[in-house]
Amino acid sequence: MSPMIRRRTPRRTAGATALALGVALTLAACGGTTRDGEEERDDVPAGGASADPDAEFASDLSFAMLPKSVNNPYFEASSEGAARIVEELDGSYEYTGPSDASASSQLSYVNALSQQATDVVLLSANDPNALCSALEQARDLETTVVTFDSDVAPECRDVFVSQVDGAEVSGTLLELTAEQIGGEGEIAVLSATANATNQNAWIDAMEAELAENPDYADIELVAVAYGDDADEKSFRETQGLLQAHPDLKAIVSPTTVGIAAAARYLQGSEYGGEVALTGLGTPNQMREFVTDGTVTEFALWDPTRLGELAAYAGAAVASGIITGAEGETFTAGELGEYTVGSDGVITLGPPARFNADNIDAFDF
Amino acid sequence: MSAEADRRPLRLPRRLAGWDAAVVLLTVLTLAVASGAVDEFGTTRNATFLILDLAPVLLLALPMTLIVVSGEIDLSVASTVGLTSALMGELWAGGWPLETIVPLAVLAGAVLGAFNGLLVTFLGLPSLAVTIGTLALYRGLAYVLLGDTAVADFARDYTRWTIGSLGGGWVPNVVPPILLLVVLFALVLHATPVGRSIFAMGANDTAAAFAGVPVERTKFWLYVVSGAVAGLVGVYWTLRYSTARADNAEGLELTVVAAVLLGGVSIYGGRGTLLGVVAGVVLLTSLQNALRLAKVSADALTVVTGTLLILSVLLPNLAAALRARPRRRALPPAAPGGPAPPPAAPPPAPEPTRRDGSTP
Repeated sequence: MSPMIRRRTPRRTAGATALALGVALTLAACGGTTRDGEEERDDVPAGGASADPDAEFASDLSFAMLPKSVNNPYFEASSEGAARIVEELDGSYEYTGPSDASASSQLSYVNALSQQATDVVLLSANDPNALCSALEQARDLETTVVTFDSDVAPECRDVFVSQVDGAEVSGTLLELTAEQIGGEGEIAVLSATANATNQNAWIDAMEAELAENPDYADIELVAVAYGDDADEKSFRETQGLLQAHPDLKAIVSPTTVGIAAAARYLQGSEYGGEVALTGLGTPNQMREFVTDGTVTEFALWDPTRLGELAAYAGAAVASGIITGAEGETFTAGELGEYTVGSDGVITLGPPARFNADNIDAFDF
Repeated sequence: MSAEADRRPLRLPRRLAGWDAAVVLLTVLTLAVASGAVDEFGTTRNATFLILDLAPVLLLALPMTLIVVSGEIDLSVASTVGLTSALMGELWAGGWPLETIVPLAVLAGAVLGAFNGLLVTFLGLPSLAVTIGTLALYRGLAYVLLGDTAVADFARDYTRWTIGSLGGGWVPNVVPPILLLVVLFALVLHATPVGRSIFAMGANDTAAAFAGVPVERTKFWLYVVSGAVAGLVGVYWTLRYSTARADNAEGLELTVVAAVLLGGVSIYGGRGTLLGVVAGVVLLTSLQNALRLAKVSADALTVVTGTLLILSVLLPNLAAALRARPRRRALPPAAPGGPAPPPAAPPPAPEPTRRDGSTP
């Protein structure tokens, strides 16, 4: 075979032709189907009407849960609960979301779900405002938006299912901390992202309580660190806190990712058993640390029940049983009857405490 | 540039033209298959979302293409977006009008880019090290500015325009300015002496400097432009998500570099086309959009993106190696001298080329 030196000037034209073809194809594809909100959803009563407390839960509703990020055991537990209720209501269910806890990546998922004409979106928001316009579009297309765990601005959703009363969380966390350090010393907070709505509200409430409550006069909050709900960063931030504040008596981590990473650091360092760690964690991830004494007691609501309540609330709105106005009531199966509070907030109940005595009774 | 190169203004290296066309075809194929296979992908509404999603990546990829072709890299672009976004929030909270804030944000981006440019050219530091440094520095400054707050009450007129469409149709308002920038960058890279200088310095900056190319100055201005575009993206990002946050666009620099490499730009510099990069951006973002609509999990998305990138680097090299093998047997062994010849060099042709004894 003789070596031919091939000259391919037509290549450039090939590229340009291909691109032109691509643009043409895309335009053709886009011209094909236009679904601008003309979805056939006769099984859903129109939203915004008055509530009918005696209505039945509609069946065949499509639900989607959109957590702050996937691969988070807390949200997986919520998803289990929601999935079970959706199954009982004969609906369809999916669990979808970004792998990083950022507002911008969640927005693409909100758009995808509203395009797919999902009836009910159960959302835990990474940012109170970034999703608003997308949620408005979704609601214009008859999608019911229920936030749970972390809220958006009230006008951008139908109802918010709060895991707990914010004051109760900060109160419980401070009680636990004070008990474990004998009511005096320096404490620090290891939070999630710097913009996490709920974490920031709890930290503010804790600061206010520390300043006002004479029982906590000898406790000083010296630092707030952010582990961004990333295991490795939370681990490093814990290390940083302990190095920067040698007199630290306790770390409070109001996030399940943070408390587990902090416990792992404490377990492997000389601070284990010396510095108290409490906060919000799941029994499954904290079991070994409670067993070996790294952690004495921590708190959380049951995320599975939170998911169940969110699913019920979404079904109630989509079925016209409630609209999200204050004072409306609905029955959430075995969870009992709930009343909508101000700003469309539905509260699950007080947090549960977990310690060596009761931790083995829980599996989430 | 030599007179010889000047007479061949638009000649692409042959091998690259091949990869270029391949990426474009792959993109077209992806769009076609996704439109057919994924419900909702081919709708006008999805086209709107897709364009709004890819806008930041596409905009940042334009100056990134020029910088990578010139043999450098800028990893600080996403942090620059975050810092300008934080600055916008700070100024807006301080009661400034957006008409003043927007040009200021772009200017701030340019200044941040100039700082990169100074360190790379004036001090001669490696751009990888410099921009990894400023990646952290600018992100840190964004957190210093805004901390854990988010500024969100931007003027509705602006936020609505950013996500709005031309005449209420499906083509977003941001398309004309973006297209204008794409054409501008394509012309600069492929049809001006500046573009040819960029290719030349990417192939061999010592040779380019001897040939009279203002290497340092060009690189400095590339970083300034990169920063200014990042500032513009900071404005877009802030208004699109109607929230100014210190963590805006975190991690986006890697998506941008991935799209640029996927588009056939050589990480060693000296090779690449803007057409390929545009195709690379569209391919990456539309694939993610389609998989999301097809309910593929987020983890699978990252796997697909990574695989695609490895293939994009592997395939052209594999093809080149296969092509080079028979030729190596046929040609007398020549000392391979470093990187590939600059793109402006004429390809080996059967007819004798002029030899006037001058070597660049």
